[in-house]
Order: sequence, then structure tokens, then C-alpha cells
Amino acid sequence: MKLKQNMVATVIAAASFGLASSVSATELEVTHWWTSGGEAAAVKVFADAFNAGGDTWKDGAIAGSGGVARPVIISRIIGGDPMGATQLNHGRQAEELVEEGLMLDLTELAEKEGWKDIVRPSSLLDACTLDGKIYCVPVNIHSFQWMWTSLQAYEKAGIEPPKDWNEFVASAPKLREAGITPLAVGAQTWQTNGMFGVIRMGLGGIDLFRKTTIDRDSEALRGEEMVAIWKAFGDARDLDDPENSIQNWNDATSQVINGSHGAQIMGDWAQGEFQVAGQTAGTEYDCLPGLGLAPALDTGGDAFYFPNQDDPEKTEAQLRMASMMISKPVQVDFNLKKGSLPVRGDVDLDAANDCMKKGLEILKDPANIVPGGDQLFSPDAQGQMEDLLAEFWTNPDMSPEEAHDAWATIIEEAE
Amino acid sequence: MTGTLSFIRNIEQKTWWKRRPKILRNLSAKIAALPMIAVALVGFVGCSVWSIVYSFTSSKSLPKENFVGFKQYDRLFDSSRWQVSVENVAIYGVCSLVFSLTIGFLLAVALDQKIRFENTFRTIFLYPFALSFIVTGLVWQWLLNADFGIAQVIRDIGFTNFELSILSSREYAIYAIIIAGLWQGTGFVMALMLAGLRGIDQDIWKASRVDGIPAWRTYIFIVIPMMKPVFITTLVIIASGIVKVFDLVVALTAGGPGGSSELPAKYVYDFMFGRANLGQALAASTIMLTTVLIILIPWAYLEFSQKKEESNG
Repeated sequence: MKLKQNMVATVIAAASFGLASSVSATELEVTHWWTSGGEAAAVKVFADAFNAGGDTWKDGAIAGSGGVARPVIISRIIGGDPMGATQLNHGRQAEELVEEGLMLDLTELAEKEGWKDIVRPSSLLDACTLDGKIYCVPVNIHSFQWMWTSLQAYEKAGIEPPKDWNEFVASAPKLREAGITPLAVGAQTWQTNGMFGVIRMGLGGIDLFRKTTIDRDSEALRGEEMVAIWKAFGDARDLDDPENSIQNWNDATSQVINGSHGAQIMGDWAQGEFQVAGQTAGTEYDCLPGLGLAPALDTGGDAFYFPNQDDPEKTEAQLRMASMMISKPVQVDFNLKKGSLPVRGDVDLDAANDCMKKGLEILKDPANIVPGGDQLFSPDAQGQMEDLLAEFWTNPDMSPEEAHDAWATIIEEAE
Repeated sequence: MTGTLSFIRNIEQKTWWKRRPKILRNLSAKIAALPMIAVALVGFVGCSVWSIVYSFTSSKSLPKENFVGFKQYDRLFDSSRWQVSVENVAIYGVCSLVFSLTIGFLLAVALDQKIRFENTFRTIFLYPFALSFIVTGLVWQWLLNADFGIAQVIRDIGFTNFELSILSSREYAIYAIIIAGLWQGTGFVMALMLAGLRGIDQDIWKASRVDGIPAWRTYIFIVIPMMKPVFITTLVIIASGIVKVFDLVVALTAGGPGGSSELPAKYVYDFMFGRANLGQALAASTIMLTTVLIILIPWAYLEFSQKKEESNG
């Protein structure tokens, strides 16, 4: 009887949540910015699992990626209208909200379920921890260090697809001859900033990456190696279409999917788009982690925070949701749909495709792992870098030296 | 009996009026205005003072009283993004002021020639004003799209080499915003101007016709000076629109390409909400407020002191 009622609730929850009249059912509004095809499919895994548990997932998707959604989410929490749960990139985005006591403490649940032992790499859980207490559930591992190449485009140009960044740069003139733009880039500023991080990791290697962004060593920041990287990045501006008017990352991914552009440097979330388009790795597209040069991945990702609620029933439901998100079957389903890697080391990923397997292989060695940008820098410093990189990318008059100096200053002065 | 009473009351009232201090004159009107005064003091003055105070702190997402002097202002004026924003709002301001007033006035004059289908034209010109800036921005984003928009239409006509890519040009993206802003707002200026023109006494036109003055001279030397109040109202409406323009740039270019079409209001929004740097955002908004006051105070002083002289004389 109970089961039947729950099933009914699940089916019609989206249309009218009022019908879910079971006593234990609690409605929680969940805000997130997962709106592209692959992302929406992944969210549905969460929603279905939560609804199947008797509660109601009220979807609060905010279109326009994190830069647009975060302000809405944070101002709602500060303004005293908290949602039941919300996506954020763990790290420093929610730091102050946690300090002010606006987020639910999940430590008890985490200890009961032994999150410390199952979450891998442990830095993900550290990013959720403040003063020894856990405030968020990491749900996936995303890394930016991927380049996606269109095998169709290379076939059309009649050349071998590149195995790394240097080969890609060398192949650019041939692509141009075939009427293909080498690099697909969306205009949102975080994309340029992320792309620079990937090229920096690829050309400079993991040690330089650590020295510049974790230690923030002035010598490394302004050293010869960085000068060379800035010059290479300046040259990469010619690979983009100067009249490109695309904004979103997934529109740029579509350009690679349909073969009008040669490659895109974008995080592994782009993989979900290839899947939705029905393409498979190795036949229509290929992936080069670390640009094929440095096998290293950052471990950014998404996490869910649960703003404090007055109603104890809602608090109970929040804990149920947290437990559901990190549970084994949900982790597998969700991450397969989204193209990201699960946060648990103990799940079975036979269904993973070639690219995900490459990623998992790299993650096995802790020496290959660096923290993501959101964990290293405050949103303020990240924003300054985004402004700078976006200006540099679109303005051919800005010299690499000038941008290099401004960039080093931002990192030196960052909190 | 009643005569004496009313006489006494008169005297009482007279002396009472005389003794009454200036502030108590028109007391009921002043009481009625009190709520508005309170709202203005708390809402505008109070919040402005609060913003200015916290612009001297290093507040991040939440206001905190850790004062850092002029550090936020130093950073603001060093920021190339802020400099670009200020230049852009100047370009946007001058262009939209000049063009919306000229085009709006010319359209109104054209409609005032007792033409046929005046209502139809008025509706067409005024219609964009019914759309929000977000919709306007999206519409123009599509129209100005280099691959599919107006450019493609012209290419289809036969000019196969035609290129129109102002949205992806660092120099011209701000003009795309101006074009969209004018398209949206000019109809409203026209409506205001038309109302002003209709308020001009027809006898003036008859007199100027009798004297053989050409119509354009009548407009410039007689009608426009008579429409001064309408112009001032329009000016205030356009000017406040310039300072707060935000949603148009968000929808049309998102500040791009590469931050070349950023505007001050977007700077404030980004730092306050997106980048968790309240101090920086409030420093920027304080500078915006100061600029507006620098323009507004001399103007208000001039405007109101003239009125006083007129009423005194």
C-alpha cells in the first residue's frame, strides 16, 4: 500500500506535488545550474531516487551556468529564503555562509556512513570541511584538463588526428585549408580562464602548476617557463575564429560534435554532450587528458549544501537526501549520465567509456591530482583572472608580457 | 451676538496665524507628506550612507566592520575593467541622449503633420517600449548574429560578401547595445514629445503662417522653447535610464567580447553577488552616486534658484 502510494507520488510529483500526502513525504526545493542535455539527464537520477524514497524533489534549475546561478542562490540564503538543498562548487564559494552558521552540519551523518573512508580523493571531503565539521556532500569529480578533438574534422582535412597539444597546433594550418576552425571557444569568461589553466598544466607540467597556484611562488610566477607559456597562449589566440559569437560551452562542444571545429579544451562535463549526440569515444571524437602532455587532473567538482531550516522535518529530509546522493547506485548512475567520475573509490564502473577509464587510471596515482581552481582561490580572485584572460583572448593588441604581469600580480595579492 | 463672536474669532485667528511659526503653515499637507519623507530619508539617504560606510571596509559576502581606508577605491581605479565600464557608459550616455532626443523629436514632428494612419504608426513606434530590456537584448542578439541575422538576409539578397559582426568586435559591441537601447526607448521619447507638440496652441501656428515664417524656423525658435518642461522631463527619464542600464548588456553581450562592453552597474552586480566582494561593489556604487550628484546638484541649484527669483520678482 505504502509502496503504491510512493509510486504514485513519484509519477505525478513533477506536475502536482500536493498529491504526495504521505506523512513522511517532505518537499525540498533543490537549486542547481545543470541545464544542458547531459546534465539534465543526470539531475533526473537524483530526483527519481529522492522521490522513490517517499519525499518530493522540487526542481529549481537556474539557467546560465554558475556565474548566473550562484548570485541567485547565495542571495536567497543570505536573504533568509533558503532552499532545501543547493549545488555549489565546493571550496571557497560557500566559505562565508558556513562561517555564519547558515549551512546544516552533516558531521553526524558523515561519521555514521563513514564518508572519510569512501570518498576519494580525500581532498574533496576536506573542501567540505570547516573546523573539523562537514557541511557538504561531494557528488562528482570534474577535471578541466581535457581536450576534445573531432575525428570527423581531421578526416575531412585528410590528416592524422593529433596525439597532443603540439601536434594540434602544428595541424592547425591544414584544418584552416579545409575550412575548419581549429579551436572552439565560448565567450563566457570562465572558459578562457579554464583553458589557460589547462594549457599551463599541459605545457608547464604539474610541478610548475603547484608552484604557481598552490605555493604562489613569485619566482615561478614570473619565471622563464611562465613567459614561454604565456607566449604559447598568445599564439593560441589565432586558432580561434575572431568572429565567433558563441556564448555557452555546450554550443562550442556542438561545433566539435558536428565537425565544423577541430577541438575544444573543456572539462569532462563536455563528455555528456557527446553521449547525448550519440557519439562514441575513439570513433567520432577523441579525448586527450592533460592535453596529451601531462597526465594530471584537477579534482574540482560539484557538491550539495543544505541551508539550515526551521522545520525539523525538513532537516530530516535534507539528511535523507545527503545520504541518497552519496549512495553507491546513485553515484554510478549519476556520474555515467553526467560524464564525471564518482567520488567513491569502491564502486563498479564497468559501464564507463574509454575516456572515463583514462581519467580513472590517472586518478589512481595521488601524485597526479591537484585541487581545482575553486578550492584554491576566492571567487574574487577567480573573477579577476577571468576578466584578464577574457580580455587577453579577444584583444590582439594586448601583449603576452602585459597580461603575464597582471596575472602574476593577481595571484600574489590574492587572499 | 453672532456678529461679535465671528469678529472675535476673526481677531483670534488673525493673531493666531501671525504667531504661528513658518514650519506649521500648511500643516495638514506637511503631515500628509511625512510618510514619503520618512521613506526618502530611510530608503534613499539612509541606504546611501550605509553603502558609503561599508565601501571603506573589506566586506566579502556579508557586511563586516573591518575598515581598510581607501583600499577598495585604489583597486577600483586601478582596475582596467572599471575604466572600460566608465568609458562605455559615457559613450552610451552621450549617444543615447543625443539620438533618442533627436530621433524621438523628429518622429513626433512627422506624426504631427496630420498624416493618415497616425495611430498605426504611433503604435508601431511605441511597441518596443512594451518589451523588457532582456527581451530587447535577446532579439538584437539574434538580429545581429553574424551567421544568421540581418547579415544573412542581406547576403541572401545578393551581396554575398556582406559581413556584420559588431557583437564579436571589441570596438563596436557597445554600439550594438546603443542600437538596441535606442530601438527600445525612442518610441517612448516620441510619445512624450508628441504630447508636448499637441499642447502647443494652434493660434501660434496660425500667427507664424500669417507672418510667413517657414515651419522649421517655427519649430526651432518658437515651439521647442515652449516645450522646455517636456524636454526636461524626457531628459530626466533618459538620464536615469543611462545610469542604471544593466539588463540590456547582460542579455545582449554579457559584457563581452572579453569585457569590452562592460558597464558600471554590471560591475557592481558582479562584485556584490558573483564575486563575494561587497566592499568593492559598494566602492563602485559610491563613485556612481557621486558622479550623478556632481551633475545633478549644479543643475538643481540652477533650476530652483531661478524659480525662486521668478516668484520673488
